[in-house]
Amino acid sequence: MGKKLLLDQGSGGLASHRLVADVFFRHLGNTILARMDDAALIRPKGPLAVSTDSFTVDPIFFPGGDIGSLSVHGTVNDVAMLGARPLYLTCGFILEEGFDLDDLERIVASMAMAAKKAGVKVIAGDTKVVPRGAADKIFINTTGIGEVVVSPAPSGHRARPGDVVIVSGSIGDHGLTVLSQRQGLSFEAPVHSDCASLNHLTLKLVKGLPAVHVLRDPTRGGLATTVNEIALQSGVGVTLEETTILVKPVVAAGCEILGLDPLYLANEGKIICILPEKHAAKALTIMRRDPLGREARVIGRVTAENPGKVVMRTGLGGHRLMGMLEGEQLPRIC
Amino acid sequence: MCLAVPMEVKHIEGDVADVEIGGVRKQIRLDLIGDKPQVGEFVIIHAGFAIRILNREEAMETIKIFQDGWNLELI
Amino acid sequence: MNSSEALRDPELCRGVLGRIEEAMHGQSLRFMEVCGTHTVALFRSGVHSLLPKSVVHLTGPGCPVCVTHESEVAAYLELAERSDVIIATFGDLMRVPGPGGASLKKAQAEGARVEVVYSPIDALEVAGKHPGDKVVFLGIGFETTAPTVAATVRVARDRGLANFFVMPFHKLVPPAIDALLSDPAMCIEGFMLPGHVSAIIGLEPYRPLAEKYGIPSVVAGFEPLDLLQAILLMAEMKRQGKPRVVNNYKRVVADEGNPKARAVLYEVYQPGDALWRGIGTIPGSGLVFSEAYKAFDAFEALNVTLKESKPLPGCRCGEVLKGIMPPSECPLFAKACTPATPVGPCMVSTEGSCAAYHKYQLDLSPGH
Repeated sequence: MGKKLLLDQGSGGLASHRLVADVFFRHLGNTILARMDDAALIRPKGPLAVSTDSFTVDPIFFPGGDIGSLSVHGTVNDVAMLGARPLYLTCGFILEEGFDLDDLERIVASMAMAAKKAGVKVIAGDTKVVPRGAADKIFINTTGIGEVVVSPAPSGHRARPGDVVIVSGSIGDHGLTVLSQRQGLSFEAPVHSDCASLNHLTLKLVKGLPAVHVLRDPTRGGLATTVNEIALQSGVGVTLEETTILVKPVVAAGCEILGLDPLYLANEGKIICILPEKHAAKALTIMRRDPLGREARVIGRVTAENPGKVVMRTGLGGHRLMGMLEGEQLPRIC
Repeated sequence: MCLAVPMEVKHIEGDVADVEIGGVRKQIRLDLIGDKPQVGEFVIIHAGFAIRILNREEAMETIKIFQDGWNLELI
Repeated sequence: MNSSEALRDPELCRGVLGRIEEAMHGQSLRFMEVCGTHTVALFRSGVHSLLPKSVVHLTGPGCPVCVTHESEVAAYLELAERSDVIIATFGDLMRVPGPGGASLKKAQAEGARVEVVYSPIDALEVAGKHPGDKVVFLGIGFETTAPTVAATVRVARDRGLANFFVMPFHKLVPPAIDALLSDPAMCIEGFMLPGHVSAIIGLEPYRPLAEKYGIPSVVAGFEPLDLLQAILLMAEMKRQGKPRVVNNYKRVVADEGNPKARAVLYEVYQPGDALWRGIGTIPGSGLVFSEAYKAFDAFEALNVTLKESKPLPGCRCGEVLKGIMPPSECPLFAKACTPATPVGPCMVSTEGSCAAYHKYQLDLSPGH
């Protein structure tokens, strides 16, 4: 059995220093971190995009990723959605006393690999250890800083009637993966999280098509929630075509069994791109050339009717309203 | 009021069967059906239990009836 | 095309829709779907939006979550507060409001131990892992779900589990339909009968619908073609004046139902009276433990009772459940009663009449 984390290792004393050196610096280290000053000094060339997020996912390891890689990709993606180039990350850890040190090392190594893939440096960090029970194993906060590359930046306010809605691939993979790992939901599905850094793809998009209006990754709440948010922010309506939305058969099957709707399940490696229709073909070409956008397709359009609402045209040619959920989706039998 | 999903029987051991649909595998119980299904048959699963062996001929019948013209089945 | 594709095929569906429109010439049809999953299916598929105006669909009491009485919620919330109790439940119950807006979700936030399970069998695993605690499974559901709980109790007995209990909140559909039909305010001209409940109980219990009440009734599946076929059958039966009970879900429902499941059910349970939210007591419409299995009854073993409770003020769930009033006519709908702040369970359950209406209804501008 691996060694367990002690409260001492968060106290700032010798034990803390050893933990930081042996685990965090060893994997995440770079010239900025190595200076070990109270703050990192950076010299940005222009406007910055900044985003922060905290990660509490349970289980902490899942097919396709872990809380560490998720914490990097998630924040990198938020910065990327502003059409910015992510450069730096900070990370704060809140660790529960008794947490397995091997698991911690595994998570930090995973973060290092994710950061390398995304091309970002971790330049500041913090570790706290709290008494057993005060946290659920590990919580991670990451803040991302990027340089803005295109102006005006894509924004949830900029969707306009006549725009098309493109999504970069299949829906619901991450959400179902995480749910299927939890206890009480006793099945194995060969499904894995789509957790990935999207900044290389978004950069290609905004550089090739400065006319992109909205970029957003449909994380918590899924595609349906994110599109609703955009519709509200922009004061427009959105009509989606059910038959064009891609759901992997295994995800569809898992959702049917548990009574879940894949449209409301989180995605951690997908982009929603909204832009004028005349640019759609070019956007699809750019996206499909990237490994993370091979299945990109148009799934709907922005309308002036029904502002703030999202309408789904069903396979039958009927329609229904797709609203926001009240809270998290729970498995059901009815 | 009842979500029930057809799944294919892959393996049976006593009252428990391994079933699969679309790549999702699950272990379910057979306590509620009289005849044991064959491997390869589909069972309707509700809350982790099989409640019926799917009758595939009937599935096609219903559709054909409505394609050709139809008659009412009376009880 | 295989059968599952055919059941969703837009062309086949449009064909049936065309025939519904023909059958509806010069008449109207008010039908009730008894099953909440049918409500959701009708909306999600878009069938609701495609039906001619002359077909009115009323949502009935087919939601076991909807009809969980406030007293029942209060009873399990009382158990949830006990430090040696773990509540195991289907996810459906988590947000159902009880007295004062309390719910399992809120109780969980305040420290109650609640496990959401997919199958009642999973609750046995919880009991096995926590031998020092009492695991109480909340037995909701109609005749589809009740046998799964009964089977689980038998397994618990075979395994000699002493810390597993069930609160039986099951409700039976035929007595409920009968109670509803005795209300003269009801004006139902067709029943879309629950597909999976019927897989257990068969067609026999529905005989009075056609014979005594003269209401065309169809056991229907949940795919778009199933729904449309059922509506067509009801429309034709009404037009011809020939009410019958028709099984249009033969791939899943045998006319005689599932005798094995019924045998398991009535070994562990026996019929009793039940409280239905918004309706009150319907005699013989619930299940209580049979003598041989009383040891698993949470009410007895853990000394909890159903206490009388006042109905939520302003809540018209009862009338909505009986199909007397559409959700949009309830004065609280979308105002005081929303999915965020539900007053009655019709708004809480994902398939509750009011929640489905709120979620899926769209008032499109003229011309649609």
